Amino acid sequence: METKPNTFRNQPDDRGHFGQFGGRYVAETLMPLILDLEQAYKTAKADPAFKAEFDDLMEHYVGRPSPLYFAERLTEALGGAQIWFKREELNHTGAHKINNCIGQILLAIRMGKTKIIAETGAGQHGVATATVCARFGLPCTIFMGATDVERQKPNVFRMKLLGAEVIPVTSGAATLKDAMNEALRHWVANVEDTFYIIGTAAGPHPYPELVRDFQSVIGKEARAQLLSRTGKLPDLLLAAVGGGSNAIGLFHPFLDDPDVEMIGVEAAGHGIESGQHAASLSGGVPGVLHGNKTYLLQDDDGQITEAHSISAGLDYPGIGPEHSWLHEIGRVKYMPITDDEALEAFQLTCRLEGIIPALESAHALAALPQLAKQYRDDQIILVNVSGRGDKDIFTVADALGVEM
Amino acid sequence: MSRFSNAFSQTRAALVCFITAGDGDTAANLDALVAGGADVIELGMPFTDPMADGPAIQQANLRSLGKGTTTRDVLLIANEFRARHPNVPLVLMGYANPMIARGAEWFAAEAKGCGVDGVICVDIPPEEDPDLGPALRAQGIDLIRLATPTTDQARLPAVLNGSGGFVYYVSVAGITGKQQAAQASIEDAVARLKAATDLPIAVGFGVRTPEQAGAIAKVADGVVVGSALVDIVAEHGTKAPEKLRELTSELAQAVHNAR
Repeated sequence: METKPNTFRNQPDDRGHFGQFGGRYVAETLMPLILDLEQAYKTAKADPAFKAEFDDLMEHYVGRPSPLYFAERLTEALGGAQIWFKREELNHTGAHKINNCIGQILLAIRMGKTKIIAETGAGQHGVATATVCARFGLPCTIFMGATDVERQKPNVFRMKLLGAEVIPVTSGAATLKDAMNEALRHWVANVEDTFYIIGTAAGPHPYPELVRDFQSVIGKEARAQLLSRTGKLPDLLLAAVGGGSNAIGLFHPFLDDPDVEMIGVEAAGHGIESGQHAASLSGGVPGVLHGNKTYLLQDDDGQITEAHSISAGLDYPGIGPEHSWLHEIGRVKYMPITDDEALEAFQLTCRLEGIIPALESAHALAALPQLAKQYRDDQIILVNVSGRGDKDIFTVADALGVEM
Repeated sequence: MSRFSNAFSQTRAALVCFITAGDGDTAANLDALVAGGADVIELGMPFTDPMADGPAIQQANLRSLGKGTTTRDVLLIANEFRARHPNVPLVLMGYANPMIARGAEWFAAEAKGCGVDGVICVDIPPEEDPDLGPALRAQGIDLIRLATPTTDQARLPAVLNGSGGFVYYVSVAGITGKQQAAQASIEDAVARLKAATDLPIAVGFGVRTPEQAGAIAKVADGVVVGSALVDIVAEHGTKAPEKLRELTSELAQAVHNAR
């Protein structure tokens, strides 16, 4: 029998738990469906035809592998470690989100589901879902907070062009959390024919696991690419964490490499002490929301508090359960980065590398000025540039006081 | 005899009434439900993210929290209700996070202290219940589980295992207060549940009128009405108790005289 001592890569357990986190905290109506999904995913995972179809779409539709790029001028400007980018922003639809959507829609088709729903915050996951629905000819309904519909008009129009119906959600603060509530309400009433494509490595089991598996293409590629280019593994991995799908996708294939450090960057908004942030690990405590147990922003009574971040994609009061576990066991460190720091890094990356990063990715990049100089120049920091920032130019202009 | 077994007598069905704690004058509203003939009270614990609820109860949750209702306030409402109505079964209904925020044992002990008979937690299925169910049972409080149209025969024993008080049959796959289930599907489901358990079966979700309630009461042990009552609280403000009493007594008549 094969034994794998000291591995960090064998989570979750068969009930979907990452240590004390994760699980399936859903209403009874959804429970049988969640169990079906788990079974369908197990079967698909073991089927070479499923992997072959996924890989084929990754290469020819998404445009993988995404490049691994040495950020020479940024490295020079900051001093210290060599900075490399994993260029997920060059994927079709402009972010890592598409990796997961391809995997999930293939699963939906295998399960015989005929309708797709999804939640979206900034609209990136909505666009990616609408894209795969157009590609496979399935009707698509996207739930989006009314506040986000207003501040992300270009993405709303993109989704509509792709044939999706966008439903503005007005409950609560009308942002990502509320969109997810409404998607769950719709799903519970349409469980027979509808597949819910969750956008991040969170929600009830098996979502955190399957989203991670689909996103792990990022880390697997980066590992092979860096070894082939430099003959070495990275010394530090950096990625932004909202729900945490791009981060877990990069980290997971490296978890058992003991010399590879990892830092997940949380959105600190106006600062942790201001109370206006989206840093669930730095400023939250464990609880249950949206089908899983994980770190959440909440008050003493367990009421969920509103998150804040300049980045709509990080503006969520929870985090994927595997990150909560990796945080508690200490395998991955997590640090907060404020709106202002992210804005600085956004501009720096534009000017020095000719790359406009998503505001989400800018949070990871913003950790570089303080971290790079702690490393020697033969050491490597690998940053996941998870998305491109074209969608964010209005937000950035507004924050910089520029009239467009 | 527990308060539940008194309420669910063999000869007639029971009327189970739900309102959200902290929405309107809850004490006066609860008294009106009892005066109108409610046999069991479900007191909703407000939560910021009521994922299984339709617009009526969502709004009730937000109105209550908007007024600053805390868990302490909800427990106080329960405690005072118990003092005024020693014999009416009282159920706290809500979502996991407010129930476990200070630990399941804390919640169970507090609920016991307030004379609560049962707890319904929407988002803790049997698979995730190593804490709340045992903590409640240790205090002698029933954990009332939900069965739904999607709960198949294979799964039903897991749902019933550890369930107490009564079984809440969610008659539609959906959220509260929206569509109504076909009578035939309710009859089938109740028969299926009764074959599997001796616990009383109460049927809810989408039940708004005395006619609907009466029809269900012919086959079920209890009928749950929520959104229709919560709508009255929303519309009538300080006049709500009078209106609640009117509707409750119509519902109670239909339910109590159905068989």
